[in-house]
Amino acid sequence: MSTSPSGPGSTQAPGREPVGSRPAKRRTARDHAPITLTGLAVKVVLLGLVAGIAIWAAFPLIEAGKWAGLALLVATTAGLFHLYLTRRHVPAKYLVPGTLFLIAFQVVPVLYTAGTAFTNFGDGHRGDKQGAIVAIQTASVKQVPGSTEYALSVATEGDPATGPLVFLVTDPAGGAVSVGDGTGLRRLDAGEVTVAPGGKVTAADGYTVLNFGQASARSQEITDLVVPTAGGALRSSGLSRAYEGKAVRAYDAGCDCVRDSETGRTWTADESTGSFVAADGERLAQGWKVGVGLRNFTRVLTDPNISGPFLGTLVWNFAFAVGSTGGTFLLGTFVALALHSPRMRGTNLYRVLLILPYAMPSFAMLLVWRDMFNSDFGLINNLFGLGVNWFGEEWSARAAVLLVQLWLGYPYMFLVATGALQAIPRELTEATSVDGASPWQSFRAVTLPLLLVALSPLLISSFAYNFNNFNAIYLTTEGGPFPADNPTNGATDLLITYTYRLAFGGQGAEFGFAAAISLFIFAIVAVVSAVSFRRTRKQEEVYA
Amino acid sequence: MRIRTAGVVAVFTLALAASGCGGGSDEPATNESPKAAGGKLVIWADDKRTAALKPFAETFGRENGVTVEVQAVSKDLQTNFVTAAQQGSGPDVVVGAHDWIGNMVQNGAIDPVQLAADQKSAFNETAIKAVTFNGQLYGVPYAMENLALIRNTALAPEAPKTVEELVATGKRLKAEKKASEILCLQSGQNGDAYHIYPLYTSAGGYLFGTTADGDYDPKDLGVGKPESIEAFKKIGALGEKGEGALKRSITPENSIATFTGKKCAFLVSGPWAVADVKKAGISYDITPVPGFAGGKEAQPFVGVQAFYVASKGKNKALAQEFVANHVTKPELAVALYQAEPRPPALTAALDQVKGGDPDLAKFTEAGRNGQVLPAIPAMAAIWDPFGKAEAAVIGGADPARTITAAGQTIAGQIK
Repeated sequence: MSTSPSGPGSTQAPGREPVGSRPAKRRTARDHAPITLTGLAVKVVLLGLVAGIAIWAAFPLIEAGKWAGLALLVATTAGLFHLYLTRRHVPAKYLVPGTLFLIAFQVVPVLYTAGTAFTNFGDGHRGDKQGAIVAIQTASVKQVPGSTEYALSVATEGDPATGPLVFLVTDPAGGAVSVGDGTGLRRLDAGEVTVAPGGKVTAADGYTVLNFGQASARSQEITDLVVPTAGGALRSSGLSRAYEGKAVRAYDAGCDCVRDSETGRTWTADESTGSFVAADGERLAQGWKVGVGLRNFTRVLTDPNISGPFLGTLVWNFAFAVGSTGGTFLLGTFVALALHSPRMRGTNLYRVLLILPYAMPSFAMLLVWRDMFNSDFGLINNLFGLGVNWFGEEWSARAAVLLVQLWLGYPYMFLVATGALQAIPRELTEATSVDGASPWQSFRAVTLPLLLVALSPLLISSFAYNFNNFNAIYLTTEGGPFPADNPTNGATDLLITYTYRLAFGGQGAEFGFAAAISLFIFAIVAVVSAVSFRRTRKQEEVYA
Repeated sequence: MRIRTAGVVAVFTLALAASGCGGGSDEPATNESPKAAGGKLVIWADDKRTAALKPFAETFGRENGVTVEVQAVSKDLQTNFVTAAQQGSGPDVVVGAHDWIGNMVQNGAIDPVQLAADQKSAFNETAIKAVTFNGQLYGVPYAMENLALIRNTALAPEAPKTVEELVATGKRLKAEKKASEILCLQSGQNGDAYHIYPLYTSAGGYLFGTTADGDYDPKDLGVGKPESIEAFKKIGALGEKGEGALKRSITPENSIATFTGKKCAFLVSGPWAVADVKKAGISYDITPVPGFAGGKEAQPFVGVQAFYVASKGKNKALAQEFVANHVTKPELAVALYQAEPRPPALTAALDQVKGGDPDLAKFTEAGRNGQVLPAIPAMAAIWDPFGKAEAAVIGGADPARTITAAGQTIAGQIK
């Protein structure tokens, strides 16, 4: 590292360096490495990009008053500039970009998920309490029965852009025009106003009537303007009509409850569930987000609907991940070995053909396979003259998804096994044959162990991927077939598809619950991976 | 030397950043000028409707001196809208199915719309009922859709009056090798609650009871009740172990294609299937989905597409104006009909287009006794378990055990 040229982008250009003084220069290369034009340009552009992104991100942060975030942004940007404008900290120059991306795309989402797991975040509980109160009150504004619908013009006594707003409303019955503001309605003389045929006031003495463009620029004020009347209040419905409406439900801070003025019912705020609850247990739909402690986790462990089928699903989940990984590994390696043989002809053509399934989008392929397994119209039954209801029976469905996985996955294993095989010196196998070993013995004793040293990390990551391979199941069987008496847990369900159904299949999405479940799955996969990596390391020590 | 290089880099960088930032500040400036003159209305719709809405939106913008932007959200429009609304980055108006209302209301994402009595009466009554939730009107409908029986008149000249008649005709055609399936009613391995619903109601089942004011009542769940068990016994008799009219191998992907391939004489589907049927050159007729002999009427779900005003939109007054006073005009409904042929919800618009398209009146007739698709959030808990129970019963499972389990699962998910 110490002898490498400093800074990313500063490429070596030996021609520019005076020849001869090289050994002496090496020692202080960091201070005197040549500055090439390309290197400088790349540096300027990249740092410019950093500064640009920082400035772009700063404005919304300032607007929202998120000072902690702004401080973080300034510190990060300043740190980056310091790092790349000075010639020190060479290792950090290489490490920092990766670390920043790791934090942004790995650590933060994981922490966010973990944080969400302790809340009730989900449909009906997305915002804060104030938002829920506003939503409840707005949703309860009802037109006063038998009240008049007025034609509306929005006007002002002052400047169209800033002056205080008033409503000019025309009673359709008599054509009488009134002006309304926050204090109430006042009749205007017929002589002072000009009324268009539809009833809309187009001009009034002392007022400027706003056109749609001017009015819609002050949309929020118009929505907020409420003209009190005897029966309720005059509100705007768009920009050309007004109606007399009344908010039936209102929040009362005194009792921390919502009261319905028509029925007299009250719903008291329950901070533990984030909703307004009536005495008889009825809840208002609009709730808010609250911390629920460990409730999501205890629900995973204690709900009989979840813990009941959990073990069976877990066993199948392991079988699926092991089967997918093992099957593709065996087939891929077998094909790679066959094509590796020096007696094989036309290997390039075979290789191209073998990579084809890997080159096709697995998303589309999964759907095609699903239709091929259709019992009446599917290619497989028609081709072989079978009448198997593949996705309708427990074991045939499991075999079918494993078969699809095998087809989708073996080209990948074939590719990596080919690469690893080519890295194993042929002399080793030749030596074994000289010693009189059969091809099988030589494969067992020499090729396979060396192959496994290279492939084990890939096998572990493939296992972890297949353990959570949502698409493989959801796009084919959707977890089915389901037992007649249990529509929540099917024979091919993985933990991830099963819990997806639990968290999102019911009445609205439950992100908090889903986050808790994903933490459990994360723990399972992490333990399995950690154990496997430990074993691999031991294996490497033996064979390396 | 060292300091100079650092200085050069820093100056260049800042110049670059400044120019980048200058470009950024130009943009709001250009946006600012029309904003000062007029507001901006942002509408979210799916791809097809975006194209139909654009010319109309532009006219609205030009006439009123405002900017109207129609943005296409091709996937998960409802979820994206609810999430964006929460973040404050959502649109002013959103276009979507009426059964989203329950979820959008519980998330505080949409506002009620106030229509005058004469505006309301211009719409199909069922459409207005569909967008009414908790006694409030939450959207302005523009199109309706429901299932009907589409029949290949070359194979089956007469419309069947009952399910039994349909099955008899289908079986005869199958015996004569004119068709390979009795009925194309999509189910798939996990069932399809929407498509089986007409038969379920005809056999006496129901999903939710109704409260005194006509809303669906999530506390009165019909799935798992004796009526539903009886209904599923009749459905099971049509299944794979019975008549063979209902099969799990007929999926959402292949049901229309099987019909257009002339492999079945009857298709239960909606207006969206007509384009494919026409393209295949099949002589067809559209009639209501028949019920069981001696049973109740088969009632398909009626779904409504509507415009909604976002609660957290930046320009709510303009959004209200657009939805309440401009979507209610027939021109837009006709334009949207031309983008996708579903019966318009505005009676005037339907009258305008039905002369050129006899199928519309037939679909409307098939949906006349339909039931509004429940918009209550509890409905989301129905689809999956109900569909799976249907698939299991079609496959020959015991109806009583299956539907009781489905009812328990659904009840457990309703909050």
